[in-house]
Amino acid sequence: MTTSVLVADTSLAFAARGPLSDAVLSRLTGRDGADATALAADAVAAASDIVRDDDIQLALFLLYSSAYGSLPELDAEREWDPALLTTRRVLEDAFERAVRENVPMPELPEPTVDAVGRALFDLAAADTGPSLSRYFAKKATREQAEEMLVQRSVYTLREADPHSWAIPRLAGRPKAALVEIQADEYGGGRPDRVHAVLFANAMRAAGLDATYGAYIDDVPALTLASFNMMSMFGLNRRLLGAIVGHLAAFEMTSSIPCKLYADGLRRLDFDHDVVEYFDEHIEADAVHEQIAARDLAGGLAEDRPELLADIMFGAAACLTVDGWSGAHMLDAWAAGESSLRGGATP
Amino acid sequence: MSASRQPTTITPYPDGPLLVRGEVELRTPDGELIRLHRRTVALCRCGISAIKPFCDGTHKAAGFRTDEEGHDDGH
Repeated sequence: MTTSVLVADTSLAFAARGPLSDAVLSRLTGRDGADATALAADAVAAASDIVRDDDIQLALFLLYSSAYGSLPELDAEREWDPALLTTRRVLEDAFERAVRENVPMPELPEPTVDAVGRALFDLAAADTGPSLSRYFAKKATREQAEEMLVQRSVYTLREADPHSWAIPRLAGRPKAALVEIQADEYGGGRPDRVHAVLFANAMRAAGLDATYGAYIDDVPALTLASFNMMSMFGLNRRLLGAIVGHLAAFEMTSSIPCKLYADGLRRLDFDHDVVEYFDEHIEADAVHEQIAARDLAGGLAEDRPELLADIMFGAAACLTVDGWSGAHMLDAWAAGESSLRGGATP
Repeated sequence: MSASRQPTTITPYPDGPLLVRGEVELRTPDGELIRLHRRTVALCRCGISAIKPFCDGTHKAAGFRTDEEGHDDGH
């Protein structure tokens, strides 16, 4: 389907990718288009791979963007629209099923702080796929560095937000641990140190547009799926364990890769503000990973052992899906191509 | 602020850094203040961090192991 037959016409910087995302976009911008829930059911039935389906992942991205408030063009009155909530649930059920089918489930440790902390570090250490960050340190070109920033921007311009949905759903030690991490993510009281702000500075210093949504047309479904998975885990109370496990794995696979990204950006002579974001995360995430693994994930497993399996699943899902994204970028670059849609250059 | 009257804590994390929470002054051997960038800091315990005295996570790749004194099971 080409975009010319789609009805949604908004001031958004990106276009629908099929009838489903078109219908969702119409309804989220206050107009009534086709029945999005029927289209969602059709899209799910027809999709060969939901994780890489452009129309489904963009539709989910739009529905979550409405909850975050990240795209001002979306009508706040439609945030809790019953029809759209039904559409979202149809897509989430299929997406969650697809993720659970594709993520290897780790062996479950005892539900204690120490056993869960160690199991999470072991899981992250065993994740030995091809390394985007190692390639980046030594070989990436300036264009590939810009692509990396564009790919990351879908999440990182909203950094920490998906995991913040979990705060009111936690209590005691794990709640204090998550707030300890998130307070640092949000700058510890200093607006100029909010990590999403540091990333926006990095994008601008690299000559890129830091407006949220500016590059949505350019990123593949997989990049949207990685962010959608965090949003789904964060926004659904039944998936509390998964969002906690996701954060632990995310923090554990950040400090060393960020050092390699910083090395690559220095090698390519990027501006200080671009390198600064990655330098900040070397030190920050070496703190966060300890708190996330033990006090947050381990503490939650100890308090609520029934969430243990989802804590480990969320961690494994983070590693698996990020592995797919990294492999996609490395494969494209190995073939001398852009990792962006339509071979775009930022 | 009442929080500043709470004692500063130093917590060893197994196979990892020491986490310091609360008011603290870190100094170089020459007595110069080391700037802290966050409320909770992780101090290197393995000796191979590139950003000492802070932890940079490298202990994981090096297989650093600690033998904690006392219980480290969170109780």
